[in-house]
Amino acid sequence: MTFNSASFVVQVVALLIVLAALHKPLGVYLARVFEGTTSSRPERLFYRLAGVDADTEQTWSVYLRSVLAFSAVSILAVFGLQRLQGVLPGSGSLPGVDPWVAMNTAISFVTNTNWQTYVPETTVGIFVQMTLLAVQNFLSAAVGIVVVVALIRGIARTRTQRLGNFWVDLARTSFRVLLPLAFVAAVLMVLGGVVQNFWFTEVTNQATGVSQLIPGGPVASQEAIKILGTNGGGYFNANSAHPFENPNALISFFEVFLLLLIPSALPYAYGRMVGDQKQGYTVAAVMGTLWLASISLMGWAVASGQGTATAAAGGLGEGFEQRFGPVPSAIFATSTTLTSTGAVNVAHDSLPPLAGGVAMVNMMLGEVAPGGTGSGLYGLLILSIISVFIAGLMVGRTPEYLGKKIGPTEMKLAAMYILVTPTLVLALSGITVLLPDIMANAPATGPHQFSEVLYAFTSGANNNGSAFGGITTSGPFLSVMLGLGMLLGRFLPIVLVIALAGSLARQGKIPASAGTVPTHGPLFGSLLLGVTVIMTALSYFPALALGPLAEGLLK
Amino acid sequence: MNILTGYLRQLGTALRFLLFATLVLGVAYPLAVFGTGQLIAPYQANGSILKDSSGAPAASALIAQAAADDSGAQDPRWFHARPSAVKWDPASSSATNLGPNDPKLLDAVAANRSAVAAAEGVDAAAVPADAVTASGSGLDPDVSPEYAKLQLARVAAANGLSTDAVAAMVEQYTSSGVVAFLGQPSVNVTALNLAVAAAARPSQPAQTK
Repeated sequence: MTFNSASFVVQVVALLIVLAALHKPLGVYLARVFEGTTSSRPERLFYRLAGVDADTEQTWSVYLRSVLAFSAVSILAVFGLQRLQGVLPGSGSLPGVDPWVAMNTAISFVTNTNWQTYVPETTVGIFVQMTLLAVQNFLSAAVGIVVVVALIRGIARTRTQRLGNFWVDLARTSFRVLLPLAFVAAVLMVLGGVVQNFWFTEVTNQATGVSQLIPGGPVASQEAIKILGTNGGGYFNANSAHPFENPNALISFFEVFLLLLIPSALPYAYGRMVGDQKQGYTVAAVMGTLWLASISLMGWAVASGQGTATAAAGGLGEGFEQRFGPVPSAIFATSTTLTSTGAVNVAHDSLPPLAGGVAMVNMMLGEVAPGGTGSGLYGLLILSIISVFIAGLMVGRTPEYLGKKIGPTEMKLAAMYILVTPTLVLALSGITVLLPDIMANAPATGPHQFSEVLYAFTSGANNNGSAFGGITTSGPFLSVMLGLGMLLGRFLPIVLVIALAGSLARQGKIPASAGTVPTHGPLFGSLLLGVTVIMTALSYFPALALGPLAEGLLK
Repeated sequence: MNILTGYLRQLGTALRFLLFATLVLGVAYPLAVFGTGQLIAPYQANGSILKDSSGAPAASALIAQAAADDSGAQDPRWFHARPSAVKWDPASSSATNLGPNDPKLLDAVAANRSAVAAAEGVDAAAVPADAVTASGSGLDPDVSPEYAKLQLARVAAANGLSTDAVAAMVEQYTSSGVVAFLGQPSVNVTALNLAVAAAARPSQPAQTK
């Protein structure tokens, strides 16, 4: 398979054009949803049924408690009902899911990770897929978005304890944003060949004598929100490489567009909500620059076709689908790891070593270009605060961000935020590689074995969900380790972000003075870009050197 | 006490929110997509099922359908699909997930190469990459135009058809236009084999080597 550079350039440019055209209308719509004050009649009915008092706003601690209570209940429900699969309808003859796998899967889908330690075809039936996993695809994406909305309100509001109402934000994001977009996307996917039915079809080829049971299921409805909500958990084991999830290169392009759509519109909504569009554009420019740099590197690394087995095969092919080939696979691989999606249309494990390395670096950046739904923007806003702090040190001024003083409290929260995932990734990988019995679950040899482990924990703690699939993680030890990585990698940052939102909202606004470092424009954008890249490099370079760099550079 | 009741109330709201959200997002939404799909695109929504000349469902246009024995060797009468980590079983789907430098992958590629070269009676160097590498899903219905051309003579002879006639069918089932530009040109082997069978049927007694 050859890398068609013209096709690559056309698709990258087309993605930029389409996203640039849509970021404003969607951003305006998002801001309107988050700033809305009235509820529709169905929403009021929903609030009454759910017991939500829609007219009161919450303090940061109550808002946070609601996030955590909702996520805890979701994890328990998804876990419990998977265990009961054997007696639930719509599950065929599948038994209850193994407890370790069910625990890992519940955490995985509630944290927007969608790491799949289970083989869907043989583990979960329509009931679990449709009413548990796909529902969490909506709700976990919505939780990410409402957390960044709370942070934006904290930045925009002054001298208040109130950050909004979590339940109302969650409902509006789910029903006014995700649901209509997912429905349109799902219908388009069906038109393109993605399956949506509730039965298997028996086919027999009289000439060859081959009989097959062609699978079915509510695939398109799940695929649409899996991608739109940057979730990534496949209806089938092969994920978006499966022809029923991703039947042709046009749908593949559409899926990449869809997974970038909301994260790339959120900066505009942010600019609008803080009343300064330049802020949104600076953030968007940093996201776009990182995406473009990463996708170029990925294109180069894939096109290199490095690897002894790849050379023996006479080119790329292992793990690729013929209808896609290297170009759609490189574009998908970059975009899925720069967001928190983690869906794959090519086996990442079989990519050339440096291409696998780019995928890992993308996640290690904290998935901020443009990142997961909500989580990408709050990640980059935290990095912005770190950047104004560093700029403040350089010019000897107290750092401010949009008129809010970045004092010791704010800095402690931001600093802890950026320490969480590197600590989790490196500690959990470090512990795992010391255990020979556990390492037997990654059957590769040499640096690639380390890469499989590092990729797993990078993916888990950053809530990505893609994998070097050679590793088997369904045993108790790795289920728990990855479960911990996903849980802490999701909720510790959320705790810190909402606490930060609370502390910013309490402050008054300081008028900008001559000493204020502007947080927009090319200068600040470059600083933010530099801080993001350097922070990642400092944290992860030694680990990367032992894995993908060793495999890709030492020959 | 106040804090405790506060927590309990949050948990109660969470449970009720989840329940009613599930009715909308986990029941009404997939059913709405199902209904719309069955209305406007039932062929795609039901798995792109291809029928044979008698009108019976014969294959899915999107799923590989290889006539292979237990060892994985494919029937020489038909166009062969790419190697599969799941033996083309649609009840599962997977790549091999072997690394690009993995010795096991190196062995598999070498074995596939000599098997294809022997089956087609060509030089090992003439075998294209997609013929010796396992696909991402294990269910890839497509091969490269090069691999299809390599198989042309064998399939034509086995079915008593002229190579020109089979070449025209290969052409017909080769992707073109936007999807070929965005991805790469591919030949749908599942649909192609059905076409070959339909053309061969009148004159061809069921003869397999």
